Amino acid sequence: MGDDLVLDIRDLRMRYGTNDVLKGVTFQARKGEVLALLGPNGAGKTTTIEILEGFRMRSAGEVSVLGEDPAHVDERWRARLGVVLQSWRDHGKWRVRDLLGHVATYYEPYRRPWDTDELISVVGLTEHAGKRVRQLSGGQRRRLDVAIGIVGRPDLLFLDEPTVGFDPAARRDFHDLVHRLADDDETTILLTTHDLAEAEKLADRILILAGGAVIADGSADQLSLQMATETEVKWTLHGQRYVHSTREATKFVHDLFKQHGDDIGDLEVRGGSLEDTYMAMVVAFESGQYGSDQRELVEVTR
Amino acid sequence: MTTPLAAAARSGARRGVFEFQQSFTTATDIFALIFPNVILLTVMIFMRDSTVGATGFSLGTMSLSSVVGMSVAFNGMMTVMQHLAVEREDGTLLRAKAIPNGMFGYLVGKIVLIAGLTVVTLLMILVPGMLLFDGLALDTAGAWLTLVWVLVLGLVATMPIGAILGSMFENPRTSGLMMLPVMGLVAVSGIFTPLSEAPQWMQLVGQVFPIYWLGLGMRSAMLPDGLEVVEIGGSWRHWETVGVLGLWAVIGLVVAPAVLRRMARRESGAAVAERREKALQRVT
Repeated sequence: MGDDLVLDIRDLRMRYGTNDVLKGVTFQARKGEVLALLGPNGAGKTTTIEILEGFRMRSAGEVSVLGEDPAHVDERWRARLGVVLQSWRDHGKWRVRDLLGHVATYYEPYRRPWDTDELISVVGLTEHAGKRVRQLSGGQRRRLDVAIGIVGRPDLLFLDEPTVGFDPAARRDFHDLVHRLADDDETTILLTTHDLAEAEKLADRILILAGGAVIADGSADQLSLQMATETEVKWTLHGQRYVHSTREATKFVHDLFKQHGDDIGDLEVRGGSLEDTYMAMVVAFESGQYGSDQRELVEVTR
Repeated sequence: MTTPLAAAARSGARRGVFEFQQSFTTATDIFALIFPNVILLTVMIFMRDSTVGATGFSLGTMSLSSVVGMSVAFNGMMTVMQHLAVEREDGTLLRAKAIPNGMFGYLVGKIVLIAGLTVVTLLMILVPGMLLFDGLALDTAGAWLTLVWVLVLGLVATMPIGAILGSMFENPRTSGLMMLPVMGLVAVSGIFTPLSEAPQWMQLVGQVFPIYWLGLGMRSAMLPDGLEVVEIGGSWRHWETVGVLGLWAVIGLVVAPAVLRRMARRESGAAVAERREKALQRVT
């Protein structure tokens, strides 16, 4: 640990007027780790990310990003950071290649940025490199956002809803890119998403933020162990299909065979998805049953 | 290895050149560049045969010189303001903020772009003006030198004002409202009629703001000697011009960085997203 800790956030608090948006967020990330930040709208995901990016001042708590406090940082620190913004219509008149090449020049005094054409090909925009930004489709623009975010080969990358508007192929390319950045370049990545399958696929660890605090922190498997969700069991018996949901799938299937033996066919046992776990956690949290004790429990199992 | 700031200044300059070039390959930009100047030229062509006071000099030619000064003020204040307001709304500034020294590069680029556009505007008035209007006296090196220093000082005096105004408006459409007071200022700045003929209060108000002094400076560069008799005090008042424009420049350069920093500090993804929501609501 120690030097390996890229993000170290302890008891981060944010208050607007009398409204507490963050009520003590604590988490860490090590070099090369991919973290997904999940949570319902208004849970404080964007606020958290913007504080870590140095775009917003916090009310209280200790925050260390790449070893420095983002409230007091210089441009050298900024050069180690990649931010993928949710773009809208900025730089519409620029050509894709010109814009990327231009952004890259700001990083040159600090580190060797990506070669423009190589990066364009990595994000799959080669055939659009000569186009003006405003001629790009939503998904293509999003890829350009990603390219701008990583052009300086950042040590730490923030991705806010990176795959909105991607078709399935673009999504898979993007996932490959994230794996490549994390594995080959040891880039630490913090992403927010509403796509739980994506979080499960990309993230080493998942943080669930609700009500201004982290209510769960662990891998998708660890989280599903934490939150017992129902398993769906399907089978056929004498040509008829049956479905049953249970929290004790192993016992249920055992009993099923004991009762019917070889007559059971087409057995399918599907465990709860991350989505089920997530929904269960958020619902439990919102109904007030899921408090700080549970958080302790997750920490222990890690 | 160059210092990061020097590198960012170079990047910014290149950015300005890119955007300058883009202005000539984008139809709406070309239109916005040409249209107001065509109108101004047309108006002044109708004023050609009127004369100024007892001098017998063409009012059209005199206004042409004043309009050159006014254009500098418009580019420095209104264009800078519009660009800042629009590019804050659309997220250009946020992107600059996310890049090392990006804000600095952005500002350098903006200065290069506006300076370039101002020169183009001037040429668009000057070139047809020299062909269509009699009496312009831009035939000495001294006259051109005056034109250049008035132009440079005028930009330094007005661009910070534009930056401050642009930082104040979150919504580019509200910033359009600034057009009204500025048009009022033009009316009291002796652009189309000599200010010396105007009531006392108008003279006082007009002489506070840069538009009058830019007009005066450009008249002193472009008109023949002897025409200063119709000016206030019967003089081109170069020292006063340098004094007032210089004062605006100093005030602007002291205030603008603080205002720009405050504006930059407030930029965030959430702020841009909020403006996007509002803008989309306006469209539908």
